[in-house]
Amino acid sequence: MNFTLRIWRQTDANTDGDLETYKVQDIEPTCSFLEMMDILNERLTERNVEPVAFDSDCREGICGMCSMVINGKPHGPKDGTTTCQLYMRHFEDGDEITIEPWRSAAFPVTRDLIVDRSAFDRIMQAGGYVTVHSGPKPEPNAIPIEPSIAEEALDAACCIGCGACVAACPNGAAMLYTSAKVSHLGLLPQGQPERFERVQKMVHQMEAEGFGSCRNYAECEAACPKEISIKFIGRMNRDFLKSTLILPNNPRGKMDSQ
Amino acid sequence: MELDAKIPEAPIEDMWNTHKEHMRLVGPRNRPHYKVIVVGTGLAGASAASSMAAMGYHVESFCFQDSPRRAHSIAAQGGINASKDYRNDGDSTYRLFYDTQKGGDYRSREANVWRLAELSTDIIDQAVAQGVPFAREYGGMLANRSFGGVLVERTFYCRGETGQQLLLGACSALANQIHAGGVIMHTRKEMLDVVIIEGRARGIVTRDLVTGALESHAADAVVLASGGYSNVYYLSTNAKGCNVTATWRAHKRGAGFANPCYNQIHPTCIPVSGEYQSKLTLMSESLRNDGRIWVPRQASDKRSPSDIPDAERYYYLEERYPRFGNLVPRDVASRNAKEVCDDGLGVGPSGLGVYLDFKDAIQDKGDDVIGSRYENLFEMYEKITGESPWNTPMRIFPAPHYTMGGLWVDYNLMSNLPGLFAVGEANFSDHGANRLGASSMMQCLADGYFIIPLTIGDYLSRYEYGDVDTSHPAFADAEREAKGRLDRMLSIQGSETVESLHRELGRVMWDHCGIARNAEGLKEAITKIPEIRDRFWNNLRITGSGAQLNQTLEHAGRLADFLEFSELMCRDALARNESAGCHFREEHQTKEGEAKRDDQNFSHVSVWEHQGTDNEPLMHKEPLSFEALPLAQRNYKT
Ligand SMILES: Cc1cc2nc3c(=O)[nH]c(=O)nc-3n(C[C@H](O)[C@H](O)[C@H](O)COP(=O)(O)OP(=O)(O)OC[C@H]3O[C@@H](n4cnc5c(N)ncnc54)[C@H](O)[C@@H]3O)c2cc1C
Ligand code: FES
Repeated sequence: MNFTLRIWRQTDANTDGDLETYKVQDIEPTCSFLEMMDILNERLTERNVEPVAFDSDCREGICGMCSMVINGKPHGPKDGTTTCQLYMRHFEDGDEITIEPWRSAAFPVTRDLIVDRSAFDRIMQAGGYVTVHSGPKPEPNAIPIEPSIAEEALDAACCIGCGACVAACPNGAAMLYTSAKVSHLGLLPQGQPERFERVQKMVHQMEAEGFGSCRNYAECEAACPKEISIKFIGRMNRDFLKSTLILPNNPRGKMDSQ
Repeated sequence: MELDAKIPEAPIEDMWNTHKEHMRLVGPRNRPHYKVIVVGTGLAGASAASSMAAMGYHVESFCFQDSPRRAHSIAAQGGINASKDYRNDGDSTYRLFYDTQKGGDYRSREANVWRLAELSTDIIDQAVAQGVPFAREYGGMLANRSFGGVLVERTFYCRGETGQQLLLGACSALANQIHAGGVIMHTRKEMLDVVIIEGRARGIVTRDLVTGALESHAADAVVLASGGYSNVYYLSTNAKGCNVTATWRAHKRGAGFANPCYNQIHPTCIPVSGEYQSKLTLMSESLRNDGRIWVPRQASDKRSPSDIPDAERYYYLEERYPRFGNLVPRDVASRNAKEVCDDGLGVGPSGLGVYLDFKDAIQDKGDDVIGSRYENLFEMYEKITGESPWNTPMRIFPAPHYTMGGLWVDYNLMSNLPGLFAVGEANFSDHGANRLGASSMMQCLADGYFIIPLTIGDYLSRYEYGDVDTSHPAFADAEREAKGRLDRMLSIQGSETVESLHRELGRVMWDHCGIARNAEGLKEAITKIPEIRDRFWNNLRITGSGAQLNQTLEHAGRLADFLEFSELMCRDALARNESAGCHFREEHQTKEGEAKRDDQNFSHVSVWEHQGTDNEPLMHKEPLSFEALPLAQRNYKT
């Protein structure tokens, strides 16, 4: 198969970028999209042109590293698929394919197709955990968890943190990402003590990072390679509302100062 | 090189407790003064960093990805073992110890394996407390499945995403500590060297992968949690970035490298489809619980699998190993797959594949049961191959997957270099010559949550804190050397690409140091590798500069280390003139074609000492003793 690629090239965060056109020939349909990019890069290197920088690691749809907007769609045309799980058989011979980085104010371009997603990590650091030290813990079967609850928690917890939801959202919102973690922990008994504090901290951090607000476009759900449901956004909004009503100003009371 | 395993004097079942009771401690007020560097944020690194920071140590953590959560551990699928005995099927610490020792073909240190088995249950408790959503039974209790090489059900799982969930659990603890200021996180930073001052590990040199800047970081101790080296084969189930650089650099600075030839080739991976292939995808071993493995009885049978009647199918594992059937350990399953393919019975376009068939399981147990167990694995397979395992058998073939070898460590997980520790896949400690399924995550987390947080204190308490900083000349020297290497690679401007040279190295390793090895092949590899290495250093082409994000340069640096390390791997395989677990020397097999150990001469850990680039490395031996479990021939047939 042969393709014409239009690829975003940008040297670093401080310079402007542009789309460049490259042709790749003799690509097998069983070749993955990233392998096609590898082939392009090897051929560019042979011609002494700097290869296209792009992120990838696991190449099996779980690390969340790969991040390309392909023909206007984050992770390309297939539903429930990351860029690294796309195969050239999903395209037509002779196709022109446009490849760009995630576009969002909160994800500045680092180089070519690579963006800086550290804002996501900071949202997690603000509260995406159960505070628990390492050491002896109670017997886990002492707290039974209905399998349907564990399953629903996992439906949210399976987020790979790739950022496609943000890239797809016309407002650049990070609601799906944030709500997935809020819901995962909020559904489980272990997450209850910090449930309302957590949602507040994470939502505030999300806003501080400059992500847009949610206007219910649901583009995030459509782009999510793990098909995480926007029902979790509703759940987060409810928890957030509740938290503003019930949360004491300092949940640890006087304990910190003693 | 001094190799004192520091195994505590106590009966094996009391060793860890006795050791803990006698360990030196650092008091809570002093801990923040001690700085510990942790390289790697996989299960081992994230659990180690978060646990030490929670105790109060000042931790700096490094990974080369853009976020700690993306470490290769995220891709582990099937599950994690623990001897909880929830199934009432007779599981116990002893049994998990026994299975691990036997699975490793009696080539691991008993004391470490026992401790691992003992700590296994605490890991599940810890993970549940963090909110890891393990699968549950209808009554709300934790569910279990079985994994290869054992006769009990002790594997805990989250669908096929167990590694993801466990890593997100560990990384949530890490995030908590980053927020609290206990951990300073450095992402997109690659460690290029470890700095040794007066015999002790005192820091590292890193390259900022975005700006290209080289930086020094001083500390009171350094923990390497940098994962395994399966990518020496180019094609493996590991993430693209996995590499040997951190442990190899430490080795070149004096740390012993143990059993480099022990690497596991996983039986259930998707076969290679073409020259362009960049990595191989594992299909979780849990599939062998319900899938039946077969090939046509007749060579080069080109019929579609559904047209081949049962009588003409060779269910070779079930026939050869009636007791374990499709659940034999990985090395046995891989070797058998290679054998049937060597006999011309292989399937698929390349003939390098066998069927893994769910037809009977779907019929017996129904769509719902099979779907609940494997839905996402089936989907993953279909995404890659375009074929649905609901309708046609999967095709699978072995692929390099896990490396049991690694830095030599004592019972405290410290290398022979004081202050340099290794945890997780980066060390050699617990799996002998073969690792059983679902036990790597167990080891990573036992190391990180429960062992290193204590043993590091025992070490640190013996020294003053913060008596060295990056102004020490050893840091400038290490930075200069690292820069010299990078500049040299960039200046070659030859005509071969990093990818093509790495692929070539991979082929040599797969052919000569893969599923089966022999002296002749290994010697051939030992002459071929330096040739590739020469071409690397004389004819490599890297475009761009070192003062920017340059992925080709990153890959080149990793390949340069693989090109040295691979030779050591072959030397070790040659020196180990026996078969043991995954190390199958064709010269040494039983009449039935099983690995035949030579306990008389090889009941030891082979620990290699670097002797300079131009000299052959020196091998030391740590003798192994078998007291809790006497040696026996591994037998999965009866
Ligand atoms: C596909 C697959 C499935 C698996 N399934 C299972 C399973 O079901 N059960 C099980 O028990 N095991 C499984 N394993 C094995 C298990 O996942 C790994 O052995 C384990 O996760 C290794 O963890 P680690 O923490 O030691 O290293 P890794 O997770 O590999 O992490 C290495 C870390 O080191 C960092 N690093 C490396 N080098 C450098 C450097 N030079 N500078 C800076 N940082 C560096 C990386 O950034 C990364 O953060 C599986 C493995 C694979 C490949
Ligand atoms: S490379 Fe890991 S999800 Fe695509």
